[in-house]
Parts: sequence; C-alpha cells; structure tokens
Amino acid sequence: MTLRYVQGLALVCASLGLGVFFYKQAVLGLPLSADASRSAWTIEASLRFEARPGPIKAALRVPALTPGFATLSENSVAGGYGYDIGYEDGGRRAQWAIRRASGEQRLYYRVVVYGDPSIEEADTTPPFPDPPNLTEPERTAAIELVEEVRQESADAASLVSALLRRVNDPTPDENVALLFDGRRGGTRRMSMLIDLLAYARVPARSVRGLLLKDEQRNAPIATYLEIHDGVEWLFFDPSSGSQGLPNNFFAWSRGLETLASVQGGSGLELNFAVRRSQLDSLDVATNRAEQRGSLLMTFSLFSLPIQTQAVYSVLLMIPIGALVMVLLRNFVGVQTFGTFMPVLIALAFRETDLLAGVILFSLLTGLGLAIRFLLERLRLLLVPRLTAVLIIVVLLMLSISVIAHQLGLETGLSVALFPMVIIAMTIERMSVIWEERGAQDAMKAGAGSLLVAALAYLVMGIDALEYLFFTFPELLLVILAFVLLCGRYSGYRLSELRRFGVLSRKDS
Amino acid sequence: MLWGRKLKASGVIGLNERNANYITALNSRRLYPRVDNKRITKSLAAGAGMAVPELYAVAESQGDVRGLPETLAQHKSFVVKPASGSGGDGILVIDGRYGGNYRLINGELMPESALLHHTSNIVSGQFSLTGQPDCALVEYRVQFDSVFDEISYRGVPDIRIIVYRGYPVMAMVRLPTRQSDGKANLHQGAVGAGVDLATGITMSASSGNLRVRDHPDTLTPIAGHQVPHWDRILDIAATGYEVSGLGYLGVDIVIDKDLGPLMLEMNARPGLNIQIANDAGLQPRFAVIDALRVGGAEDASPEARARASVELMRPFSPR
Repeated sequence: MTLRYVQGLALVCASLGLGVFFYKQAVLGLPLSADASRSAWTIEASLRFEARPGPIKAALRVPALTPGFATLSENSVAGGYGYDIGYEDGGRRAQWAIRRASGEQRLYYRVVVYGDPSIEEADTTPPFPDPPNLTEPERTAAIELVEEVRQESADAASLVSALLRRVNDPTPDENVALLFDGRRGGTRRMSMLIDLLAYARVPARSVRGLLLKDEQRNAPIATYLEIHDGVEWLFFDPSSGSQGLPNNFFAWSRGLETLASVQGGSGLELNFAVRRSQLDSLDVATNRAEQRGSLLMTFSLFSLPIQTQAVYSVLLMIPIGALVMVLLRNFVGVQTFGTFMPVLIALAFRETDLLAGVILFSLLTGLGLAIRFLLERLRLLLVPRLTAVLIIVVLLMLSISVIAHQLGLETGLSVALFPMVIIAMTIERMSVIWEERGAQDAMKAGAGSLLVAALAYLVMGIDALEYLFFTFPELLLVILAFVLLCGRYSGYRLSELRRFGVLSRKDS
Repeated sequence: MLWGRKLKASGVIGLNERNANYITALNSRRLYPRVDNKRITKSLAAGAGMAVPELYAVAESQGDVRGLPETLAQHKSFVVKPASGSGGDGILVIDGRYGGNYRLINGELMPESALLHHTSNIVSGQFSLTGQPDCALVEYRVQFDSVFDEISYRGVPDIRIIVYRGYPVMAMVRLPTRQSDGKANLHQGAVGAGVDLATGITMSASSGNLRVRDHPDTLTPIAGHQVPHWDRILDIAATGYEVSGLGYLGVDIVIDKDLGPLMLEMNARPGLNIQIANDAGLQPRFAVIDALRVGGAEDASPEARARASVELMRPFSPR
C-alpha cells in the first residue's frame, strides 16, 4: 500500500515537473541548451527631411499586428525630439515633435523582431463594408464586374482570386479597363480593389511590409491585399493573384494612408534598412513570456537579480550531486562519511578543480587526522576537542594557502573554499572509526567519500545540466520523483553481491 | 530488482530491502528509544522478567563521572558502556585491577584518569548514535560460560537472535578473536557462527564475508558445539518482542556461568551478516512467519512462540 502511495506521489511529481517543463519548452519556446540562438531582424526606418522654421511634427506608422513575427524591442533615436507612440485607426503611429530645428533632420525608429510562427493575425472580425460611393459609369462597371466574378467563385477566397485574375489580365475586358485605366499601380489601384470587394461585401484592406532578407540598406515596401473570409484574414498578392504570404514578409502597417508624414518640414524621405542578427533564444523566450503575461516567467529565476541567479545556478546543482550520492550509496553501496559531506566537498571542488581539490582535501584531512591523534592524548572533552579540531583545520588551511602562494601554486589559495566545519567533523568521525574499527575501515570510508565527491563534482560540472536545471527548475520535481522511487528500492546493492557472494554460489 | 537474481533465489535480504520493507514497515520509530537507549531497555526488560546484567551505576553528567571511582571500588570487574552506543563502540570491559590501574580484558592496563576520560567522552555523546549527550552505564561484567572457550579468544561471546514478529527465526554466536580485540563485533573481526535454531548447535561460520571452518586463534572447528540453555535463550529472545514492540528485532544474549542467559541489548536495525554465518537467507524464514499471521495461528505468549519457532524452523536445519 505504501509502495503504491509512493509510486503515485512520484508519478504526480514527475508529471507536474515534466508538464511545466514541456509547457515552457514547447509553448514558451525556452531552448533546451544554452547555445541555441535564433535569427532576429533589426528593422530601422529613417525619416529624413529639411526643417522649416517653426515647430515640427513628424509621424510614422509603425508595426502593430505582425503575423509570423514577435517584437523583442522597439525604440527611437531622434535627438531633441519628443517621441511617443499612439494608437489610431488601423494601427500604431510613432510621433516626434520639436519646437524648432534647422537643417537636415533624421529621425530613426528601430524595431527588433524574430520569427515566431505562433503569432497569428489576432484581429477582430470586421463588419461587412458598406458599398462605396462610385460615380457612374464606374459604378455600373464595378457592379457588373463583381457580379461576373461572383458567378465564377465559391467563397471569398476564390472570389478574390477570380477578381485579381480579371484585373491582372494583360488584355482586360472593358469593365476592368474602365475601372483601372490610370490606376495601374500603387495606392489608387489598391483602393479600387478594396472598393470592388466592398461591393461583394468582402472586408478588405491593404497591408504594407518588408520582405526580410539578410542585409538590406534600402528595403522596398511590398504591398499585399488582406481580406477577411468571415473566419480569418487571408493574404493575396495583388499583382500576381497568388494567395498567402511569403514567410519572410513582415507586416509594417495596414491601410492606404502614407507611411510617414511631416508638418513643418519638406522633402520627406522614408527609408527602411534591415539587418539580421543572432539572438540568444533565452532572451527571446523570456521576452515572449513576459509579453504574454505568463505567471511562470514572472515568478521564474530570471526575474531575480543577476548575482542571486548565479547563486541559484550553483544551488540547483546540489540536488544533482545528492542524486549521484543516492545512486552510489543505495545502488552501488559505497560507504561515505556523513550523508551530504561528499556533495559539499564536490561543491568545493568546483572552485579548485578536481585534481587540486582531491590533493588539498587529502592533505587537509591527513594533517588534521595526525593532529587529532595528538589531541586524543590530551583527553579533552568532546565539544572543546571538536572546536580545537576546527581551529586547527582553519590554521592548516591558512598555512597551506600561504605556503602554496610562496611556491607560486595559486590553486593552493582556493583551499579557503573548503567547508571547514564539514572537514572538522570528517576528521573527528574518521579518527573515531580509525580507533574503533581500525585504519582499514576509516580509509575505506574516506576513499568512498572522495570517490562520491569526485563523481558528484563531474556530474555537477556538466554545463548543459546546469543550464537545464536553472532554466527549468521544475525538473527538480522529476528528480524528487526518482528519489522517492529510489527510497523504496529493495533490491541488492552492487557491493552486496560481493558481500553475500558465498551464499549465491550455493543455490540455484 | 536490477541485479542479484541468484542472491534473490537464495532468499538473502540486502540492506535496501531490510530498510525499506522490514525496518520501516515493522519498527515504529517511536519505539526506537526502547532499544537504542540501553538504560531504558534494561528497565523495561527487568519489568518483563527478563534476566539482564545488574546495573552498578549510571553517569548522567560530568559530575557523576567524578564520583564514579567510589562506586567502582566495590566491584572487581565491570563493564562501562554508552547507553546509546552502536556497534559495540565505546565499550570498556575491566576484569580486574593491578596496582592503581584497571586491567582490560586484553591485558592492557588503564590508569583511572584514562577510564574517567573515556566515561566522560561517553557522557558528552562521542559514541551516541546522534552525537547527543548520553549517559554511561556501569554494569555487571558477565562471567561467561566456559562452553565457548575453545572457540573464542578472550572477551565475551554473545548470541544474536533475529526475532521476526515475535518469533525467533535465525541465530548466531559471535566469537571474539584477537583481531576483534575481544569484542563480539563482526565488523571488528569477530567470527560469526550460525546456530541451528531447532537444536542450538553451532553450524557454519563466517569471518568478514568469507566462510571459515576453524576459529582463527584457537584453530578449533567451530561447528558442532551445543549452546547451553537453548530453550531459555529462545524464550528471552521471544520476550524481546513484548519488551521492544519491534517486529524486526535483534536480541543479543550472553551466557553467564552462574546466572545463565542474560539479555545484553536489543537492536532495531540488526545487521545482515547473520545470513553469511548461517549460510542461509532470512527471507524464506520470514515467509513462514508471515504465512502464520495470515492463517491467524499466532501464539500469544513468548514461550509458546519460542516453542513454535523450534518446529517452524526445523525445515531449515541442516540435514
């Protein structure tokens, strides 16, 4: 019954840990290893104009809804200008203002984005558009054209395809010719398409953006037609009629209004530059989780100050070291001093490196042990004796450091990082075992402790593990589950195969 | 089970299984003080009519230690031990005086100051399981029966009996050797000799993890010695269940040449080397007792259980 209970509890812990882990990994996109990075684009829009006397106001439409991309940061560089971002019909607008300026003015708006397929067009369903007010004879031509196209189509998407096919026909029929004559390109053509679709009661709008490629000093603006089929927004290339967006299309703004405008300036030029960079995926994921208001990330280790983070990245490895010890003690049967002493020694090894650590540890305990045997003759009471051992350990550490420094061995200095109380207790335990059970037992337990410490150090030193547990501390629950199960392991320890060897040879 | 199928087949219980399936299941932690503190064990055992070595003095504080020589003066030989010791650590056996010094059983002489220092270490908790302050017990030194003289080297041989749910299931005699410094502790080099539970006759023996035939110091074959008072020994062991309340229990008994079997101490975590000494695993014997429990055929009194055990364990006797 207890076993079931333990197994159930372990299952709960493991699934909770793994659940959070997979959520953070798959949904929030936290990378599994530290070096994972992903492409990000820095898009810079620059406005250039000549200042006229008097106050200046400049405006630029900036990205709001960007399907396929997430924004990491945005900022503006414009010396002396007041800057703010406002919302307006159909998007966002960056505004700069200054009381007076002279000469050529340059305003920069910079946004860093990265590809994120999970970001979709999250827009409300628009109302059906009212029929536009066209004048005759365009009105009649438009109604006829829409009626013809409607006959050839089944739904909104195929209607748009059919319309674009008709409009893009190199030998247009007379209705198309009438409607689009003189509107072969640009905004007016797009405006007419939207009007036509309004007759067909299909909400439509224009979306302008950039095709993100590696490095573009002067990126061209691409325009797409966006229509709503009652369920979702669909994109069409107005010149080719093909449906869908290229996946490197970054939607900058919607609507037909000019992207940038300036009051109190002249000769406005708008230029886009695109630059690709590598971003730490962890930054990206953290940022994304913040944007989503995910509580998991708000209460994550990343919200702590950097120094505290460093402490925790080490602390989180202690359970891993303890796990190594559970395995070695309960499955292999290695004998150690104290329960967690080897893990603490392993922590100290992190500062000294393995070889130097083992040497220093052996030196320290060896000398301490020798002095402890001298102390034994003084017949001191327990607590004063322990304290004396502790003081001697500190003195030994001190002299090892000083001597090593004089000899030019800088690793000797790191002896100061050994947990002195633990070492003092180890010396005491070792000397008692030495006296009671003999040197062999004492050495065995000492060597066992060192072995466990060295293995724990090696495992705790795996950077990938450190990263993994710092990013996904919930994995500790999985360790907990495993340790719970270990707690009910009733099989033999490897060492017992040897210990009871005489018994197993007889039977079977 | 990851490994050790062969061992499992011979019914050997490992440390993990002992801890996970027997100690945690059958030994309630609140009962541990009854056996971990020998002073409590002694008074409980005396209350249940169990024969125990007489307690001469208790030192609870450093002050008591200073007053000790007066009490000790009345006794020629005695034992000093920590109330909460483990594995025989911290026990001093004094078998006489020489000049102003105390003589240990190995013949070494110990000045009074050294003896008192040792006692004061006991009181400070050097030998206690948890490092907590302890008390030192001074008690009757067993005048052991000469029956084991041929197969032991000084010291006091003792009998360890595993009592499972009140039934004695396995027994061994622990024979001191020169290596164990006269102590009946297997970890320190004493020889463990399996005892046929049904008859009380010694069988196979082990030293460390190896099987041996002769005592290493006396070179006498260990098998074939009859342990005297065997029925009374089994009674005492079975009574240990009532006294301690522990379902998985080790009872240590010594045989005094005048007083007969005396219960020395009990253990809530008895070691597993008894299996090597007996050349048999504990598991099949536990299964017999478990079957009894399922069948509802448990015997109420310790004596009845001891008698039942003799019959129940007969199938495990060597043929």
